[in-house]
Amino acid sequence: MADDDILRFENVSLHFDGDAAPALSSVSFQLKASDTIVLYGAAGSGKTVLLKLALGLLRAGSGRIFLFGRDVTNLREEEWFEMRARTGVLFQEGGLFDSMTIEENVSYPLINQKNTAIPSDEVHRRVEEVLQFVGLPQTLEKFPSELSGGMRRRVGIARATVTQPRLVLYDSPTAGLDPITANRIVALLIKERELRNTASMIVTHRFQDGHMLATFRYNPQTEKVLEVPPAQRMHLRTRFFVMQEGRLVFEGTEDELAGSTDPYVSKFNMQRA
Amino acid sequence: MLDFLKLKVLLFQEYLGLAGRATQNVIRRPFYGQDLLLQMDTIGVGSLPITILIGFFSGAVMALQMSRALAQYGASGEVGKITALTLVRELGPVLTALLVAGRNASGIASELGSMKVTEQIDAMRALGTDPIKKLVTPRLIALCIMLPLLTVLADFIGLFGGYMVGVPLLRLTTGSQYWVSSYQALEYNDLAQGLLKPFIFAYIIASVGCFFGMKTTGGTQGVGRATTQAVVVASVWIFVIDIFITRIFVWIAT
Repeated sequence: MADDDILRFENVSLHFDGDAAPALSSVSFQLKASDTIVLYGAAGSGKTVLLKLALGLLRAGSGRIFLFGRDVTNLREEEWFEMRARTGVLFQEGGLFDSMTIEENVSYPLINQKNTAIPSDEVHRRVEEVLQFVGLPQTLEKFPSELSGGMRRRVGIARATVTQPRLVLYDSPTAGLDPITANRIVALLIKERELRNTASMIVTHRFQDGHMLATFRYNPQTEKVLEVPPAQRMHLRTRFFVMQEGRLVFEGTEDELAGSTDPYVSKFNMQRA
Repeated sequence: MLDFLKLKVLLFQEYLGLAGRATQNVIRRPFYGQDLLLQMDTIGVGSLPITILIGFFSGAVMALQMSRALAQYGASGEVGKITALTLVRELGPVLTALLVAGRNASGIASELGSMKVTEQIDAMRALGTDPIKKLVTPRLIALCIMLPLLTVLADFIGLFGGYMVGVPLLRLTTGSQYWVSSYQALEYNDLAQGLLKPFIFAYIIASVGCFFGMKTTGGTQGVGRATTQAVVVASVWIFVIDIFITRIFVWIAT
């Protein structure tokens, strides 16, 4: 098993009781270190289900799932906690604990994960550092309800990345946000993947998000994201997946997505839209 | 009909699974001490005023009711004995448990239910912590410690309520006779069931509250439904289990 093998699905299917169609049907893909996958699909096409399967929050009906090279398909819940501690996740609505302050929320994985051995005086420094990273250094004592939607999403990113995981899964990080805030969030994802070299999987409805991820790079000198010339874009290692009714119907680069003639897939093509 | 029964059996099986895991976690690390203290404060200390109030009035009303019945047999002096026995064996544990169920089974179910529908439980799992260990077990332990203590307090305040009615108000007996007859009436059997009942009721309240909270689906409406179900199911089970425990202690005593 290669060391850079982060996440692998092999013919994974899942069928919820009572549903006519499967939530996920024979999905296979591989995510390697530093890779970015942008996952498009209509509502209910199985994107969130796929993320939840990767985190063990749902169990696959058939097929195999490998996380960091380990077969996690039939892992017991207790064993999952150690695997999840190495993965960051941003939930659709942020998933912040509303009765905890921002500092408590962001420090939660550092304090509560069994295998995150961090001295208690180090925790505060790490939280401040990661909040600085997402541009919210003044919010330590605030509660999630006191922040705007975009700020909550940024706190969610801070919490997902505070343990410096090798894989971060983002579920609709820009949903319901205005274009300016949404671009700021995507810029943050680009900064995170490049400065920390993380593999990421991003579920989104906005093709602008995918386009930015596939064509922009973070410049640490100017602290801004800049568009990369077309010839160098392959170094960003961004691939696009399109899901339809639980099936993975497209997998390829942005150019391949642009060239697709499939009526469903082409709906997620920026040029045609 | 068969499907309905199957659904209920499945629900009960899921409940046993959750209660079993929460109980196992009592002796497993990590131990969330701060959460336990917080829950003991919220559940135990928070329930103090209402427990004292209801304890006092249940003892007082018991003495008031018994005063008429005892007078018919010329046994008004026994009011302390009757109040002590009914309070310690039955009224204290059951009334306190029902109050705590109303206050805390609903509180637990709505809190966990809101967390469930806003993906906070999933977030907790995704962040590498076991929500049963972090949320359910501390509530279970806190209730199992605090409810017996609250019951003892309710019993005592109830006896004091009975004293206020029986001695200064109706002058059925003297103060010393009231307290001596109360004390002498109680046997180990009474004290044992008076302490075992709240312990088991606490387990029911916490586990049922957490179960319905963790099972919540369907947004805010679902949270409301979970809250109602938790209180109703916990209250019904308190009465059902009460009769079994009482039967066992009656059998032991005879």
